[in-house]
Amino acid sequence: MPKWIGQPIKRAEDPRLLTGQGTYVDDLRPLPVLYHAAILRSPHAHARIRSVNIERALAVPGVVGILTPQDVLEMSDPFPVGVETPVRYYATATDKVRFVGEPVCVVVAKDRYIAEDARELIEVDYEPLPAVVDPERAMAPDAPVLHEDIGHNIACHRSLRYGDPDAAFAEADVVVSQRQVFPKYSSTPMECYAVIAQFNPINGEYTIWSNFQGPFSLHPVTARALRTPENKLRFIVPPDIGGGFGIKSSMFPYIALIALAARKTGVPVKWVEDRLEHLAASSSNTDRVAYMEVALKRDGTILGMRQKLIDNVGAYIRAPDPGCLFRPLGNQVGPYRFQHLAVEAYAVHTNKSLTGPNRGYGCQHLYFNIERLLDKAADTLGLDPAELRRRNLIPGSAMPYTTPTGGIYDAGDYPATFEKLLELANYARLREEQARARAAGRLYGIGIALAVDPSVSNMGYVTIAFDRKLRQRPGYQAKSGAAETGTVMVDARGNVTCTINTCPEGQGHETTVAQLVAEEFGIPIENVRVVADFDSNSRAWSIATGTYSSRFAAAGASATLLAARRVKEKMRAIAAHLLEAAPDDVVLEDGVFFVKGQPDRNVTFRRVAGVAHWNPNALPPGIEPGLQNTSVWNFEHAVAPDDQDRVNSSQLYGFVGEIVAVEIDPETGEIQLQHYYSMHDAGRILNPLLVEGQIWGAVLHGMAGAMYEEMVYDENGAFLAGTFMDYLCPTAMEAPPLTIGHVEYPTPASLTGAKGVGESSSETAPAAIANAVADALKPLGIEITSLPITPSKVWALLREARARQATGGQP
Amino acid sequence: MRHVARTRKQAITVRVNGIEYEGQVEPRRLLSDFLREDLGLTGTHVGCEHGICGACTVLVDGRAVRSCLLFAVQVDGAEIMTVEGLARGEQLHPLQEAFWEHHGLQCGFCTPGVLMAAYEFLRDNPNPTEREVRENAAGNLCRCTGYEGIVRSILAAARKLQADR
Repeated sequence: MPKWIGQPIKRAEDPRLLTGQGTYVDDLRPLPVLYHAAILRSPHAHARIRSVNIERALAVPGVVGILTPQDVLEMSDPFPVGVETPVRYYATATDKVRFVGEPVCVVVAKDRYIAEDARELIEVDYEPLPAVVDPERAMAPDAPVLHEDIGHNIACHRSLRYGDPDAAFAEADVVVSQRQVFPKYSSTPMECYAVIAQFNPINGEYTIWSNFQGPFSLHPVTARALRTPENKLRFIVPPDIGGGFGIKSSMFPYIALIALAARKTGVPVKWVEDRLEHLAASSSNTDRVAYMEVALKRDGTILGMRQKLIDNVGAYIRAPDPGCLFRPLGNQVGPYRFQHLAVEAYAVHTNKSLTGPNRGYGCQHLYFNIERLLDKAADTLGLDPAELRRRNLIPGSAMPYTTPTGGIYDAGDYPATFEKLLELANYARLREEQARARAAGRLYGIGIALAVDPSVSNMGYVTIAFDRKLRQRPGYQAKSGAAETGTVMVDARGNVTCTINTCPEGQGHETTVAQLVAEEFGIPIENVRVVADFDSNSRAWSIATGTYSSRFAAAGASATLLAARRVKEKMRAIAAHLLEAAPDDVVLEDGVFFVKGQPDRNVTFRRVAGVAHWNPNALPPGIEPGLQNTSVWNFEHAVAPDDQDRVNSSQLYGFVGEIVAVEIDPETGEIQLQHYYSMHDAGRILNPLLVEGQIWGAVLHGMAGAMYEEMVYDENGAFLAGTFMDYLCPTAMEAPPLTIGHVEYPTPASLTGAKGVGESSSETAPAAIANAVADALKPLGIEITSLPITPSKVWALLREARARQATGGQP
Repeated sequence: MRHVARTRKQAITVRVNGIEYEGQVEPRRLLSDFLREDLGLTGTHVGCEHGICGACTVLVDGRAVRSCLLFAVQVDGAEIMTVEGLARGEQLHPLQEAFWEHHGLQCGFCTPGVLMAAYEFLRDNPNPTEREVRENAAGNLCRCTGYEGIVRSILAAARKLQADR
């Protein structure tokens, strides 16, 4: 019976965070003197820069220097991009500005107040140009072109074919199609970006303190732009980060920008992004226009699907995009068993801010697309939406299951878990409730959404963006892998220090690692200390390092557990030597090594640790002094895409099923979430407290995207959601009444048996809520095809519907 | 050298968490910057600088305020309490205990403001309903917890504070 694993252990992180003793970047004073940056940003969506005059700004007392577009051109290179199109993306605008908020200059001064004063005195002469914000419009031949040297706005286009989609559609009894629009939103962590940069001109080393969350594949991307070897770009991350959600993956251009400002001015520079900057110019998910088509037999069997996906990546495509399109590729068919799929994928430039990972990364889009379409299909066939799904789920007996796109679903039983969800929600009773409500003229709807929830991204998936012929050329350098590292040290008194490289943002990694290691060693959890800050100079790390794609519980936790097991093996060998027994006969329980069946022939964990450090002379032959191990955990199936564009884009796949019931106020259009049921298979649960916390947060993020949050632009590219008054984050009053259920199908792919859970409901909530609202409005002939569904949007739809009814269907 | 307005500093005296501080501040210096940068009390966090998110909430003469919307000169002579003033030495305040027990925080960035707002709320309304707790907590944005842990923690703290009374 596990003592620590699976228990709701209180977090090791909390006492410091509750008393104001956390260490976030803005709290650091790593150098005796720091100077402060203010960034001048573009007020235009699209304009040519004719000239930049910094003279008056430089004259302000306290100003040390100013980084200009000219400096950026001279001192740096464009960031490498993950597409074949040679997009030139620098840390500032150079020739043109291409979105509102794009950095143009950086003022460095004694304090932030002076820097902002001086920023007002920089004169930039702009020649405004026509802007384009709609991705479909941007693809038109006569659209304004953002990057003239490329000549069009399409950053990436791939046609992917799996099975024989044309035959599937030819064979179909019914084809159902829908055009859908998914909005641009962001998880907006409460702590904005923060960077401190120092450049040492003697040895050419940059030192960066920041709240970067990884993936560290973006470290070499930053180094390339700075024209520096990787080992002279030192990343330091403090133990506390104020939320990430993927948004803090995309801060690397600002790391480069502040590094260049430090180099230009010769002083260490600190920049803390303010909220207005964050909303306008940090990161978000893409907005997407999708054309979805499904081919079905009359009994509801799905034969195939066509997905045309047009993702708006903003003014410059930034790694790891176009991951927005391809991150979910292995699970592009969701939990369904159809074999024939065509994906027409576009990443398009417009005059909007840049995009990147945002909790769910591509999956919130994909499942909105699929699940919305399937509800329409169920309606067309006259089937209950639950029944349509039931008839198409991959059976539990098929696990592990290889999808037509190359995903390997490791463990689970989707039909059984779905039935559990229906039970949890008392689905039949909900439908009765709906029938009563409808009979009384009320607008009551029920929505279902199912998702295969991918975790631990395979670095190889990004290369799907390249034509497969390119990937087959000699000399092409393939990408793969999902490794993480962890270190365990046992000191001379048997206390343990673990160092992890995951750069956590509040997920409780210190707690979970302590649980795993205390369990492995059979020692009190208080004896395990976990160090969660990061320094690229002194840690063993690799490209995939970091926290993203829900990877910790499977990747970082497995690496640290593996290190602990290896230390334990060494200690067992030492104990066996001390007990004059064979290592295989020695076991460790509750902090004591003893000979199997002879518990009085024993030596304590602490005593063995003491010998390893204090008395190497007593160690068995071939055993080195000391007790420490750094291990790497990689995944067997993290391989590069094959020549058919198939890739196991993630290493583990959980399952999420949700049922939402809503009631809509017919007068105001207000949507009331009456019930929210959420069923999860996240593999083995390491700490239920933390798992539930992740799900609560994920539901709220998904709900926010479905109902509240959108980065709104007008047709000229003016940004209209620049404050938290305009960008509407839900509060405690809007949080839904949530009922969570769990099943546990441990995965064989990780050492812990855990899959990811961090993204989970953020992928299903938009679809589930959209389906519920659509169901509520169905009697009025209203179709929901875009998000967010705000009260004003519902109100307008209600008005149109009533007008239609009044005129007998005539417009 | 030109002298600009910023050099005209003003002397202020404030008591923060029971300790008296004297400072020289520009009239435009935000209270949040004064607390964090001049006094080194970095427990108070700045999340939006326009008064919406509530992360920077502190108590000024017993009332919860957004320290990003006040100038330091406005609190001259005032009694201020920040998150650093909640615990008694190594003994956590019942609110802090409850947030630890009920997973009321994840990244911890909004937490100081949430705690200070809840401190005032429970002082004025020691036996709140869940709805009242939610209404009050709606003054603070949190992006991690979905608010469930926060609401449970505040309700638990209310029970504990009642029992201790």
